[in-house]
Amino acid sequence: MRDFSYLRATSVDAAREAAALPGAMLLAGGTTLIDLAKCGVTEPDTLVDITHLTGLDRIEVNERGATIGALARMGHVADHADIKSRFPAVSEALWQAASAQIRNMATMGGNLMQRTRCPYFRDPSNFPACNKRQPGSGCSAIGGVTRGHAVLGTSEACIAMYPGDLAVALVAFDAVVHLGERRVSVDDFFLLPGTTPDREHAIELGEMITAIEIPGTAAARRSTYLKIRDRQSYEFAAASAAVGIEFEADGRTIRDLRVALGGVATKPWRARAVEDALKGKVLEPETVRAASLLAVEGAVDHGANHYKIELAPRVVARAILKLGETA
Amino acid sequence: MTKTTIPIHLDINGQHHELQLEPRVTLLDALRDRLAPTGTKKGCDHGQCGACTVHVDGERVLACLTLAAQAQGRAITTIEGLAREGELHPVQAAFLEQDAFQCGYCTSGQIMSAVACIREGHAGSDDEIREYMAGNLCRCGAYPHIVAAVRQAALEVAS
Amino acid sequence: MTLELSLNQQPAHARQGSSIGQPLTRRDGFLKVTGAARYAADNHPPGMLHAVLAVSSITRGRVASLDIEAAKAHAGVVEVMTPRNRPALAADPDAKDHPFMFRLDLLQNDQVRYPNQTIAVVIAETLEAATEGAALLSPRYEALPARVGLDDAESFVPRGVGVGGPAVQHKGDIEAGLKSARTRIEATYETPAQYHNAMEPHAIVAAWDGDRLSIDTPSQGLAMAQGRIAGLFGIAPQNIHIRSPFLGGGFGSKGMISGPQVLGILAARLVGRPVKLVLRREQMYGPVGHRAPTRQTLRMGMDGEGRLTAIHHHAKTASSTFDDFFEPAADASHTLYASPAITTSHEAVRLDTGTPLFMRAPGEATGSIALESAIDEAAHACGMDPLEFRLRNHAEVEPMTGKPFSSKALRECYSQAAKAFGWASRPLQPRLMRDADGFLTGWGMGTATFPAIMFQAEARAVLKADGSGLMETGAQDMGQGAWTAFAQIAADGLGLDIEQVDFRAGSSDLPNAGIAGGSGHTATAGMAIHNAGAAVIARLADLATGNEASPLFGAGNEGVLARGGRLYRRDDESRSESYAEILARAGLTEIEGHGKGAPDPASQETYAKHAHGAVFAEVKVDPDFGQIRVTRLVGAFAAGRVINPRLVRSQYYGGMIWGVSFALHEEAITDRRSGRIQNANLAEYHVPVNADVPSVEALLVHEDDPYVNALGIKGVGEIGITGTAGAVANAVWHATGVRPRRFPIRIEDLLV
Repeated sequence: MRDFSYLRATSVDAAREAAALPGAMLLAGGTTLIDLAKCGVTEPDTLVDITHLTGLDRIEVNERGATIGALARMGHVADHADIKSRFPAVSEALWQAASAQIRNMATMGGNLMQRTRCPYFRDPSNFPACNKRQPGSGCSAIGGVTRGHAVLGTSEACIAMYPGDLAVALVAFDAVVHLGERRVSVDDFFLLPGTTPDREHAIELGEMITAIEIPGTAAARRSTYLKIRDRQSYEFAAASAAVGIEFEADGRTIRDLRVALGGVATKPWRARAVEDALKGKVLEPETVRAASLLAVEGAVDHGANHYKIELAPRVVARAILKLGETA
Repeated sequence: MTKTTIPIHLDINGQHHELQLEPRVTLLDALRDRLAPTGTKKGCDHGQCGACTVHVDGERVLACLTLAAQAQGRAITTIEGLAREGELHPVQAAFLEQDAFQCGYCTSGQIMSAVACIREGHAGSDDEIREYMAGNLCRCGAYPHIVAAVRQAALEVAS
Repeated sequence: MTLELSLNQQPAHARQGSSIGQPLTRRDGFLKVTGAARYAADNHPPGMLHAVLAVSSITRGRVASLDIEAAKAHAGVVEVMTPRNRPALAADPDAKDHPFMFRLDLLQNDQVRYPNQTIAVVIAETLEAATEGAALLSPRYEALPARVGLDDAESFVPRGVGVGGPAVQHKGDIEAGLKSARTRIEATYETPAQYHNAMEPHAIVAAWDGDRLSIDTPSQGLAMAQGRIAGLFGIAPQNIHIRSPFLGGGFGSKGMISGPQVLGILAARLVGRPVKLVLRREQMYGPVGHRAPTRQTLRMGMDGEGRLTAIHHHAKTASSTFDDFFEPAADASHTLYASPAITTSHEAVRLDTGTPLFMRAPGEATGSIALESAIDEAAHACGMDPLEFRLRNHAEVEPMTGKPFSSKALRECYSQAAKAFGWASRPLQPRLMRDADGFLTGWGMGTATFPAIMFQAEARAVLKADGSGLMETGAQDMGQGAWTAFAQIAADGLGLDIEQVDFRAGSSDLPNAGIAGGSGHTATAGMAIHNAGAAVIARLADLATGNEASPLFGAGNEGVLARGGRLYRRDDESRSESYAEILARAGLTEIEGHGKGAPDPASQETYAKHAHGAVFAEVKVDPDFGQIRVTRLVGAFAAGRVINPRLVRSQYYGGMIWGVSFALHEEAITDRRSGRIQNANLAEYHVPVNADVPSVEALLVHEDDPYVNALGIKGVGEIGITGTAGAVANAVWHATGVRPRRFPIRIEDLLV
């Protein structure tokens, strides 16, 4: 790991200012940043430690929704009683991520900045070509080992998968990122790779995530996060789905539906086609299974990851039907 | 490139230590190479095995992904800080009794993780223990005995 | 003085009050639960520097340049060791004087022959500076295309497989056997490259003092390591002191000293200061061995009653381009199932990888998953229950050699484990069982077996004037429990309570305890300890029975027995004397005895010696997602005398979990273009986590074996992985109807 200067920020403004300097980066839980620094992927000159800032770790939940400070730890949010009851998918996405230790370190804001597990991206000494690391250098993953790569939202420049869980639940429920005063929806916060896979987030120099806001909805209250993976735990998703549902008064007709996918796309993937196909319909297994196929519309595989195209709609369908059962 | 060291004060197992370190030094390497309570182990150095689990302000974290500088002003507890006056912590005693380790290399991390797992209230059933202890790999395969030890210690701590 | 006990002499453990068989907790347990157990990398001699390897990012070719200046310019970097300045060695690291001398990469030239091969060593004042210094070397290469798959190179028949066994073996006429069969099956199974991944990375702290060398490093075989280092550096073995009190796991990868460990010694020599070198996790995927991939084809024929008429087990595997180790996978078919005709054969290719080596149950594990799968397929083809089929083909003598078994309680293993599991209610056809949550449920079984091997070991026993005892042997504890089990055998042999015995091990200045491998350490070093104990007791008995002042006078050596620190007359236990009294009268401060452990050639010639077991597995498979979870494992094992049931159960559990891992998790995945392993880490190279491991039960089946050795010990370290891997695979078939033929079994294999 290259050496760097270490600054401990005393206020949000000071942190933003310091992090705007060339070569500077914000340091929160460090579970991505220190890991990637050891891999030689990130080489900061200065780390601006924000973990000692006070007041940024609040979790406020009321009828309108939840506002979660950027420095709240994943583990605390997962175990928060109001998050569990009003946003079960968010809690479930959190506790199924990483390990208990990492969840105690990693912050909510830092989680949004989590980077891909693409082995080619993570290994600069062996694979110099990576458009995400070095724009224009090429993509080593295409034609390589692709079992863990994305099938949705890919481009010719990059097929790296977005590995996180939390943001999948957040996009499903129209959560908003607070960048100080500026507000960006989580869906817009994550960028498609396109021709610029090096640019992953809609965050500008000098900006810092200060909070995440999740609107309180009936669909968020009846929600779940279903994660399928090779290992039972401590493992990224092979495919996952965050789903929330609201029924009409009859308890069978779908008034509102939220569906987002993880483990299959280059960003947290909202599946609006599935939502639109099922809104207003009565929840029936066949209808749900057929509509769930729309989740992978336009998917492109690279051989070994083809199974994700089969798997993802099944995960979506199961999650929807499971929520229906609890009616 | 900077080569300057900075003063870092660490509070480890109730003892105060003053160090002069490069900012890139992790808490794990500060513990193992500078302060020499070497019970905390390095298995992967990337947050993938749990061998380096310690407590920071009472919560389990990975020392390999924590900068020593970040841990300033926090109370750090390592495996060496668990036993009181030679008396084993109930989790340590349970690990010994249940044979919850073989080679012992992951054991410090397992025990630190288990103490926190019980304190967090995540030791309510065998399945919950298995899930909340999943961040600590054991290549020898002591898992069934680890679950038994955590279950036993959780009951003991509760009573 | 050395004394060998004859087999008919009654061992002490048969008497009342012995430590043998007691479920003691680990004697090193307190150190391990308090973090005080000192592993190699926990040592910091004064003036120590840190060394970090720079490893090749290409698979084959040569290093064209290294930016040594950039590395040296980094503050704290002291030296960069490359082929240009590496201290001279007394022996060529590419020499191979005998089959167990493996070629090492010690910067002998600029050639690269596998990924993660060392190309330089950076030595610095701090670990951070050495690590960054290694990164700053920015190597440039001339690269050649990589050969990475079993079909990427020309295959050949190796001269020997495993420890040198013939690559091809026949018994009977295989084609006639197949031809006469009523039912035949043929199936091909693939197993991947696997890496040991002990939790403790290979580490060494080396310090030179003139031509004397002091080393802390994990070793499964101290004397072998000492000899190898002595040869490389041209110094006397006794000038080298290796301490290895605890290994953070070995599994075979610490059996022989590896290249990186020797590089740590070279680095210390170069800079004239103590040096610590610890492998980074990703650097363990190359120079410290692995389990080679295999492709195995089994052909079997069965008569109308389900009796095997032929077994042909063929295995293709791989070694490195520069050394020989061939996974003896097909040999698994030598010992388990009776058949008039058996052929086992191997072929191999040479790939651009590090040299594969012994990995927990080498050959047995890979062969077992294929053989047990094929047996399951054969049983199904005959319409028979898999247990009934196995019993029908139970081998009464070792199938390949016709030798009788020294003992074989396999039938008891089958019946006890089947009963505990509830096997009798299993439907014959697959895909018939579902649980309340709709998961496809399947039950499978496998037979476990592992040879009872012994090597050579020595031990020294001392009785002291205060009546206490000392037992010394350079045994190695990599987690199996040597510190405890050997102390129990020592206490038994010395006729003392275990608290009265000072047991010393884990250091090369103690008598050679042989290797902790092949599941043979407890038997081998245990017999050395046992015999050393007997020798010193015989000496003590001489002192007593030959002295008129002793109440034992005239009893003769055979007429006394040792227990609780006293010698008793066998025919009159009211006449006894304490060890301290005997030594005091003789005016001696201590007496000593020596013992050896080795296989008995006569019984070796006569008997086939194997441990056996039966493993039953339940899996649940999500019908939509193909996600597999093992929910129950029951094994029963018969492996001779159990020294400590608590530790033995842990060994069985560990082996069984390795079996689960083999079937469902482990696989090194290689980028075929570059030859690089893409999951050289613990996040993506999967080993089971706690949540993957269900309720596990291991039944200890009683077995007396008078022929393996006087203590009746076989070995328990590796047998658990055999049988289990196949049982899980067979359970997956029973749950889904999909026959796994490629391991590990993945989600996509079951997405139907």
